[in-house]
Amino acid sequence: MIQNLVDGVLVGSILSLGAIGLTMAMHMLRFANFSHAELLSIGAYAALVFDGLFGAIHPALAQAIPPLSLTWSLTLALLLSMALTGLSAVAVDKLVFKRVRAKGGELSMVFASFGVAMIIRNILGLIFGLNPKLYSQDIVFAIVVSRDPFLLIKPDQVFTLVAALLIMFILHLVLSRTTFGYSLRAVAENPTLAQVSGINLSRMIVLIWLIGGGLAAAAGVFYGLTNQISPVLGRDLVLPIFAATIVGGIGSIYGAVLGGFLVGLASNLALVILPSGYSPAVPFLIILAVLILRPHGLFGEERT
Amino acid sequence: MTAVVAQDIVAGYVPDLPILKGVSLTAETAKVTVIIGPNGAGKSTLIKAIAGLVPVTSGSVLLNGAHITNPRPDQMGGLGVAYVPQSDNIFRSLTIRQNLDLVLRNAGKEAASRRDALFTQFPAVADKQTEKAGALSGGQRQFLAVAMALAINPSVILMDEPSAGLSPKAAQEVLEYTRALTEQGVTILLVEQNVKQALRMADHCYILADGRNQVDGAAQDLLNDPVVGQIYLGGKRVTPA
Repeated sequence: MIQNLVDGVLVGSILSLGAIGLTMAMHMLRFANFSHAELLSIGAYAALVFDGLFGAIHPALAQAIPPLSLTWSLTLALLLSMALTGLSAVAVDKLVFKRVRAKGGELSMVFASFGVAMIIRNILGLIFGLNPKLYSQDIVFAIVVSRDPFLLIKPDQVFTLVAALLIMFILHLVLSRTTFGYSLRAVAENPTLAQVSGINLSRMIVLIWLIGGGLAAAAGVFYGLTNQISPVLGRDLVLPIFAATIVGGIGSIYGAVLGGFLVGLASNLALVILPSGYSPAVPFLIILAVLILRPHGLFGEERT
Repeated sequence: MTAVVAQDIVAGYVPDLPILKGVSLTAETAKVTVIIGPNGAGKSTLIKAIAGLVPVTSGSVLLNGAHITNPRPDQMGGLGVAYVPQSDNIFRSLTIRQNLDLVLRNAGKEAASRRDALFTQFPAVADKQTEKAGALSGGQRQFLAVAMALAINPSVILMDEPSAGLSPKAAQEVLEYTRALTEQGVTILLVEQNVKQALRMADHCYILADGRNQVDGAAQDLLNDPVVGQIYLGGKRVTPA
């Protein structure tokens, strides 16, 4: 039970990072972007490439940072992949979503996002193959935190949680202290009012894709660090991330953070009573329950 | 002197399906000009078209004699024009202070002193400046929305039904405050459903129906016009205040 709780928090931190970008883009651009989770895949694979590159250029960077399996090269790769994934999100918007937005409705955008997801997934499969990849071949043993109740944690998991929380804290500072943060929250809440309040919407759309893509990349790398990377990473995480967004309330950045943790916890706690094969169904149930009981989520408000 | 002129405006949300079919309007400087009409007349669309929120496909908008047709909405503040939407006119997830700071900082204004000045003007929201704006009552929200509009020192304020959803007392307060802004040289162009109250406080009135101008004239004249009263004011004349 305690193990499930801890695992749930770890998974939740990754889902939260993914859900922040999704909730901002969904609310502002008014469409359910089913390709958002593919940004996690792009980020994870981009980091894999940069990690290999840095390690080859400077072998010392390929050394693990004890007690983690994380290397210095992967740390640098994480930062670069965040930037690259953010730019990829902007590029996809310019190439696909912006054009569909100009001519089609919300439904066209949703279908376009399905298409984008399939394209990204298959391109990654073509380039990197379908077999799962690992950032490190080293075996890192889990630490026994407690024997009664039995609790195991890998150092990489602790790093992932701390790093995710740190990123969210930095985001919180930006959102609560800076003009840019106010603008970001304003645009996420009410794009029209934001515009007449002096905010350049086109520029904010670019920034939201950059931030959403960057956070998704971090989530992808953290997922890869504690699991493995495959082209279906995005497909596997799309529903939990959507569930986190819906639980938190579409448009609420803080709601997305809380939603991520709630979905992570619920999915892992469900393993206590359900066989693991049923675990992927939990986000579906959460989405259904929220839509029936509280359609606007925990922090969302009815849209006019 | 005219502040805002709209000439033969054709505009709508969907191409080839105009809601405004050639509407013209003039708002005099430091006066209250009200737009009234039945539901679907195009009142809100007209004010949004002037603010750059609905594309104008034909016709032109002039501000102090300069063409500003289809402006970028985020640049209207720089032109001295503020727009107060009908509903959702504050950021509920931000505090009252953050709502004001957002507008002030995006307008490149020094936030602290201007914010304090606004709080002096609006004591109803000053006491709650660190609270979430979503917790305000309807009337307080409207005052915050007006304070946000005033933050940029506008010469023109476009208001879309400022009394909508308010109690009669709160509606009266908001409209009276709006009227008082003209004494500071601010031009008010507002859409109102509350026709009688609006005509009592306005200088000039335009009546729209089906996306076209129907009648316009001095607000007091329209208030006393039996034909207008019959059609638009519930079938009876209204005693001027």
